[in-house]
Amino acid sequence: MSARDTIFNKVRGALKPQADQAARAALVAERLTNAPKGVIPARGQLLDGERVTLFCTMAERLSASVERVANYDAVPAVAAAYLRERNLPASLRMGSDSRLAAMPWDQQRALQIRKGASDGSDEVGLSHASAAIAETGTLVMVSGTDNPTTINFLPEHHIVVVDAADIDGDLEAVLTKIRTRYGKGKMPRTLNLISGPSRSGDVEQKIILGAHGPRALHIIVVGA
Amino acid sequence: MEITSPTFKQNSGAALADAQLQKALGNVRGGFIDKRRKAIDALPEFDRLRDNARDIKNHTLDNLDLYLQAYEAKVVEAGGQVHWAETAEQARSIMLDICRAANARTVTKGKSMITEEIDLNDFLERNGIRPVETDLGEYIIQLRHEHPSHIIAPAVHLNKEQVEADFRRAHTHLPASRDLTEPESLLDEARGVMREEYFAADVGITGANFLVAETGTSIIVTNEGNGDLTQILPRVHVVLASIEKIVPTLEDAAQILRVLARSATGQDMSVYTTLSTGPRRSGDPDGPEQYHVILLDNGRSAMLGTEFQEMLRCIRCGACMNHCPVYHAVGGHAYGWVYPGPMGAVLTPSLIGVDKSGHLPNASTFCGRCESVCPMRIPLPKMMRHWREREFERGLNPATQRYGLKLWAWFARRPVLYRLATSIAMPMLGLLGRGKGRFGYLPLAGGWTKYREMPAPQGRTFMQQMRGRKAVAKGLA
Repeated sequence: MSARDTIFNKVRGALKPQADQAARAALVAERLTNAPKGVIPARGQLLDGERVTLFCTMAERLSASVERVANYDAVPAVAAAYLRERNLPASLRMGSDSRLAAMPWDQQRALQIRKGASDGSDEVGLSHASAAIAETGTLVMVSGTDNPTTINFLPEHHIVVVDAADIDGDLEAVLTKIRTRYGKGKMPRTLNLISGPSRSGDVEQKIILGAHGPRALHIIVVGA
Repeated sequence: MEITSPTFKQNSGAALADAQLQKALGNVRGGFIDKRRKAIDALPEFDRLRDNARDIKNHTLDNLDLYLQAYEAKVVEAGGQVHWAETAEQARSIMLDICRAANARTVTKGKSMITEEIDLNDFLERNGIRPVETDLGEYIIQLRHEHPSHIIAPAVHLNKEQVEADFRRAHTHLPASRDLTEPESLLDEARGVMREEYFAADVGITGANFLVAETGTSIIVTNEGNGDLTQILPRVHVVLASIEKIVPTLEDAAQILRVLARSATGQDMSVYTTLSTGPRRSGDPDGPEQYHVILLDNGRSAMLGTEFQEMLRCIRCGACMNHCPVYHAVGGHAYGWVYPGPMGAVLTPSLIGVDKSGHLPNASTFCGRCESVCPMRIPLPKMMRHWREREFERGLNPATQRYGLKLWAWFARRPVLYRLATSIAMPMLGLLGRGKGRFGYLPLAGGWTKYREMPAPQGRTFMQQMRGRKAVAKGLA
């Protein structure tokens, strides 16, 4: 007998004798289909503007820095200023996200734009978030050519652009959108929920920013 | 790893006398408890989330066969491969086959207690494959050839001076004059060393905090980002997880995530919560070409349907050990195997046998703090009591303990005799001890008086006092 069969036999044998296997199967199928929401904390259940403010507050509490701009055209200048203020090389790694591509990067003549996945040599990466969660100050990143996953982790500094209209109250609202976008039961290859820059508390339980992922996370919120 | 649980008492004695360890354990008593409290106070829905998390897991365990089937089908649909392992040995052999097929020489590893449980590192090394732990704490203890002393803070038993010495010994390619006195510089150095390993690795191994049946997704939760670099840079990603990690839906995972990080580190969310579904897709510029899941039983199915089933709700947050006075005193290594603290005292006998680990469920004062902080509401003291019963039934505890218990039970079942005996013994002891008010030595109670004094009884017995109080209460009414 295969290990798979043995495990299933043991599991089925151990479960309490179920009177109605069909009812059990129906219950499981129903949960998988309907994916009922559980307890949603009140914290993120706010009006649009308040929700964006809560997201910014929560993200800053996690040691991310947050900047708000009125529209996408303002992003390149803000990103260039971030690099200048920190004496970073004038170079940015980004994917092929059309919202990023449409920004007026040509106005930042000194800035070198490197396209594609990160190979570990980039000081600064730029991504566009799919969504964000106000309840916890979390960014939601989806893998693919638009925003390669390596950019989320390899550069020392990660700048993330998020549309204020994409900031949801809670994780469940994001999951609903993902299901609409990818189809029921389907997921992007990698979905990263990012809450602040990387950190470790492994030496004497002292929290230090900048473990294996980015040392700094800078969030640019576009729109009100 | 060598099991030293049978010598728990000697291990504890050594731990209590270890000044370095005692200093490091101060960090557990300090940080974790306050941080958890603050995070929970800021979330009024916390207890309702705990109830829901418990109910989700109970429902899943009652239908585990169906959810495992659904999960497997979804992983395959997303292009992943599912392997089943009944034992640790089978899991190791599957892992080796995957590594060999990938011509792997170096594998990076995200933090995983299951790989500790199956002793994966030693096994890979014996087979010519170099495992590299990438979590800072795990990396430190790998350099020291030790095992984790805490399920989420593996190096909590160490001080920074010890880590500095290990880094100087291991990283001889770096200048000897460098400053490594602060945790910051230690972390920087590990970051630099690890960057090269991530790119050199052929296979990346992670555990899973959750496996989602609805979508075939595995979820890991980390703060350092090491788990992500481990799984996106090598050509092959292997997830090793035990069968009880299943949850039905993404929404169910979202519920339990809300109690996990708060209970563990006092964070609302860990920095990185990563949901992975299958390998690299067409057009993807990064990510693994192969995605494997090894589903391990290793004793879990034998807990289903028994009084220990509820232990399978455990999400490995570590809150029980963070709040345990015994863990605070002796640390994790004294427990003698992979899982320390209250959750270890319940799980270890299930996995390696109560004959080897009977001391663990006895190493509790039953103060109940573990149960009161457990996000999954696991009745840990009750289950430790079940292990004590099994130990007694099988005659595994020492003869003196057994005869003592039997003698007490004989009296306890005869209330008249019991009251008579205590009503004679208590005033006598009170009389004998009236000088100092306490005893430095008592016959038959040497185990107690060896380490502390026994207070001399004052006045009447408990039962007599209760009768007195009832009489007063009646008089008042």
